[in-house]
Amino acid sequence: MQLHDIWFVLIAVLWIGYFFLEGFDFGIGVLTKLLARDRAERRVLINTIGPVWDGNEVWLLTAGGATFAAFPDWYATLFSGFYLPLLMILVCLIVRGVAFEYRHKRTEDRWQRNWEHAIFWTSLLPAFLWGVAFANIVHGVAIDRQKNYVGSFWGLLNPYALLGGLVTLTLFTFHGAVFAALKTVGDIRTRARAAALRLGLLTAVLALAFLTWTQAHSGTGWSLAALVIAVLALAGALVANQLAREGWAFILSGLTIVAAVAMLFLALFPNVMPSTLDPAFSLTVTNAASSPYTLKLMTIVAAVFTPLVLLYQGWTYWVFRKRIGVQHIPSAEV
Amino acid sequence: MELAVAHETIARWQFGVTTVYHFLFVPLTISLAAVVAGLETAWVRTGKEKYFHATKFWGKLFLINIAMGVVTGIVQEFQFGMNWSDYSRFVGDVFGAPLAMEALIAFFFESTFIGLWIFGWDKLPKKIHCACIWMVALGTVLSAYFILAANSWMQHPSGYTIDPVTKKAQLTDIGKVLFQDTTLVVVFHTLTAAFLTGAAFMVGIASFHLWKAKRRPETADGRKTAAMRTSLRFGLVLAVVAGLGTAISGDTLAKVMFEQQPMKMASAEALWDTQSPAPFSIFAIGNVNAGHNSVELEIPGILSFLAKSDFSSPVPGINDTAAAEAARYGGQPGDYIPNIFVTYWGFRLMIGFGMTSFVAGLIGLWTTRRKRFLAPAYRTAEDEVPRLMLTPTREMGPFLTRWSWRIGILTMGFPLIANSFGWIFTEMGRQPWAVFGLMTTADAVSPNVSVTTQVIAFSTFTALYAILAVIEVKLLVKYAKAGIDLTDRPPAKDPTLRGPSSDEDADKPLAFAY
Repeated sequence: MQLHDIWFVLIAVLWIGYFFLEGFDFGIGVLTKLLARDRAERRVLINTIGPVWDGNEVWLLTAGGATFAAFPDWYATLFSGFYLPLLMILVCLIVRGVAFEYRHKRTEDRWQRNWEHAIFWTSLLPAFLWGVAFANIVHGVAIDRQKNYVGSFWGLLNPYALLGGLVTLTLFTFHGAVFAALKTVGDIRTRARAAALRLGLLTAVLALAFLTWTQAHSGTGWSLAALVIAVLALAGALVANQLAREGWAFILSGLTIVAAVAMLFLALFPNVMPSTLDPAFSLTVTNAASSPYTLKLMTIVAAVFTPLVLLYQGWTYWVFRKRIGVQHIPSAEV
Repeated sequence: MELAVAHETIARWQFGVTTVYHFLFVPLTISLAAVVAGLETAWVRTGKEKYFHATKFWGKLFLINIAMGVVTGIVQEFQFGMNWSDYSRFVGDVFGAPLAMEALIAFFFESTFIGLWIFGWDKLPKKIHCACIWMVALGTVLSAYFILAANSWMQHPSGYTIDPVTKKAQLTDIGKVLFQDTTLVVVFHTLTAAFLTGAAFMVGIASFHLWKAKRRPETADGRKTAAMRTSLRFGLVLAVVAGLGTAISGDTLAKVMFEQQPMKMASAEALWDTQSPAPFSIFAIGNVNAGHNSVELEIPGILSFLAKSDFSSPVPGINDTAAAEAARYGGQPGDYIPNIFVTYWGFRLMIGFGMTSFVAGLIGLWTTRRKRFLAPAYRTAEDEVPRLMLTPTREMGPFLTRWSWRIGILTMGFPLIANSFGWIFTEMGRQPWAVFGLMTTADAVSPNVSVTTQVIAFSTFTALYAILAVIEVKLLVKYAKAGIDLTDRPPAKDPTLRGPSSDEDADKPLAFAY
C-alpha cells in the first residue's frame, strides 16, 4: 500500500465519520417536523444534538482540507465542478448553524418558528444533496483533459444521482430517528422507534436499489462485500429497533452508513473522479495526489491527531449521555 | 478577453466580501474566548460573584459572535476549490497542508469544547468547565496560526520547489511554511490586533452601562456596576497591551514587507520614485498614469526609518519596483502596480482606527486608575462608577466626563474597521499576484465556472450575509443593552462528572438548552 492509497482510505474515513455523525444531526433536523408534536418536543430533539452538532460538522471541514492537501486536483475538480450544489449545501450549513444558536435567543413566536422552518429545510437539503454529489462522483462525470468538469448543473441531476440523494436523505433520517429513540425519554421515545421502523423500511428499498445499481455499474468483489454488510446491518438495526434495543439499533444504523459509504469508495478506487468522456481523463489516486513529502507529513499529523479527536469527541458524548425529555427543557429564557 | 476579466473580477469580489465579512467575527472570537476564559478563571479561583456575572455576560456576546464566525468559516474551506481551482491545483501540495492541519488540530478542538462549555454548566465540575473555554481559546489561536501560515506563504513563498514536469508547487520543508519570519510576524500582528478588537468592544459596552449607571444612579445595581467596572478595567488594560503589541508588530511586519514585497510598501506610501532619505506621507492624491502625486504632505526621513531603522536609507519607489518586476517576470511595468488609492488609504485607515483605540485605552486606563493614586475624597468603591480623574485631586468636568464615556462607546468598533482595511491593504497590495512571484490572480481562477454561476454565488452570499448581519447586530445590541442578568446563578453545588446521584435531580431542567 502506497502513501496515496493510505490517503484515499483516510479521506474515505473522514467522509464516513462525517456521514455517521452529521447523518443523525441532519436526521434530527428533518424529524423536528416529522416527529415532534409541539415546540417542547422540537426542543428536546434539537437538544439531543445541541452539544455535539458543531464538532460533528468539523468532519466535513477536515475532509475538505485533507482532500486539498492530499489530492489537490480532486479538491479543485470536485468543488469547481459541483459548484452550484455545493453552494446550496454551504448556504444550508450557514443558515442551519445560525438557526441552532439563535432560535432560543428571542422569545417571539414568529422568530422561533422561522428558525425552526430553517432547521428543517437546511437539514433536509444537504442530506439529499450529499447523496447526489457522491452518486455523481462514483458514476463519473464529464471531465476533460485539463481535469475540469465541463458538464452542466442539470447534468448532475440524473436519475442515478437523484436516487442516491433519496438514499442519503432517508438513511440519515432513519439514523436520526434511531438516535432520537436512544437519547430521549417519554412519549417521544416510543414514537421515535415507530418512525424508525417506517423510515428504515423505506430506506431499505431505496438503498438496495441504489447500491445494486452501483454494484452493477462500477462494483468490485470488495464493494459487493460492503453492500452485503450494509444490507445486513440495516436489517439488524430494524430488528434491534423492534426489540427496543436502542443502543444496538444505533450501532447498526451507523454501521449501515459506514458500510454504504465504504462501498461507494471501494467502487470508486483507484479512481477518485472518473471521467465519462475518456477513461484517460479520469482523476486517480496517482494523478491527483500530492507529493510524497506532503503525504508523509500529513500521515504523521493524522496519525497523531485523529485518535486524539476521537478521544475527546467520544468523551463529549459520555458527558452528555443522559436521555432528555420535555421535563428537562427549561422554560423560555430571556 | 472581457469575459476573462469579468471572471477574475467577480471571483475577487466574492473572495473579498466573504473573507472581510468572516474576519469581522474572527478577531472578536479569538479575543473574547480568552477574555471569558480569564474571567471564568477569576471566578473559579476567587469565588467572587462579579466574575461569574461578567463571565456569563461576555460569554453570551461571545457565543452570538462565534456562531457567525464558525458558519462563515465553512465557506472559506471550500471556495478555493470553487472559484480558484487553478490556484488550488498549483498550490495544493503546499497550501493544503496548513489548511488540513487547521481543521484537524484547531477546528475540532474549538467546536468540540465550545459544545462542552455551552451545555456543560450543570454537567462539569467548574474547574473542568473552565478548562473547556481555555481549550476553545487555544483552538482559536491555533486556527489563526495555521491559516496565517498559509496566507504568509502566498505573501512570501518558501520551503517549496516547482516540479519540473507538472509545473506545480511542491512542499519541501513544512518548517519554512509554519515558522518563516513572515508567518511569525503576521501571527503576532494579527493576534495583537484581535485582542485590541476585543478590548475596544469590552470598553465600549462597559462604558455604556457605567455611563448609564452614573446618569441614573436610581436604576443602577451595585452588583452589576461591579461586574462592569471590572470588565472596563480588564478591557482598558488589554487595549493598551494589545495596542502596543499591534504597533510594534506592525512596524516589524512593515520592515519584513519592505524586504519581501517592496511594491506593497511603496504603494502603501504612494512613493512613486526611489528616495533617500524617504519621507513618510501624511496626505497625497496620486496620478497613476503620470506616475506621481499631484498633492502631497510629508515628514522627511520617517519612511527610511520605518523601513530600515535609520533616517537616510533609500526606499525603492513604485516606478523603479514595477520596472524591476517587469524585467524579471515579463510584461509592462504598469502590470505590476496595485491599486494605489486603495493601498495608500487602506494603510492609513488601518493605522488611524487601530491607534485611536490604543490611545483611548491609554487615556481610559489613566483616568480610571486605582484608588491608591487618588486623594481619599475622590476614591470610589468597587460597586460604584469610577470618577474620571486627571490628577489625584482633579476630576474631569461634566463636559469632558460626558465625552470621555461617549468616546469609549463610539470607538467600540474602530479596530474592526482597522482590521478590515489591514486585510484589504495587504491583499490588494500583493496584486497582481495571488502567490507572490509565482502565480497571478488572473491565472488562479476556475476556468470552467461560468460567469452566470459566479454571479449567482456572489449575489447569494452577499444577500445572505447582509441579512445575517442585520440579525446578528440586532441580537448583539439586544444582549449588550440588557446587560448583566442577576437571575443567572452559579450551580448550587459543584457538579460531578458522575452525574446526579438522587432521583429528584434526574428530572431537573437543563442549565442550558437551545
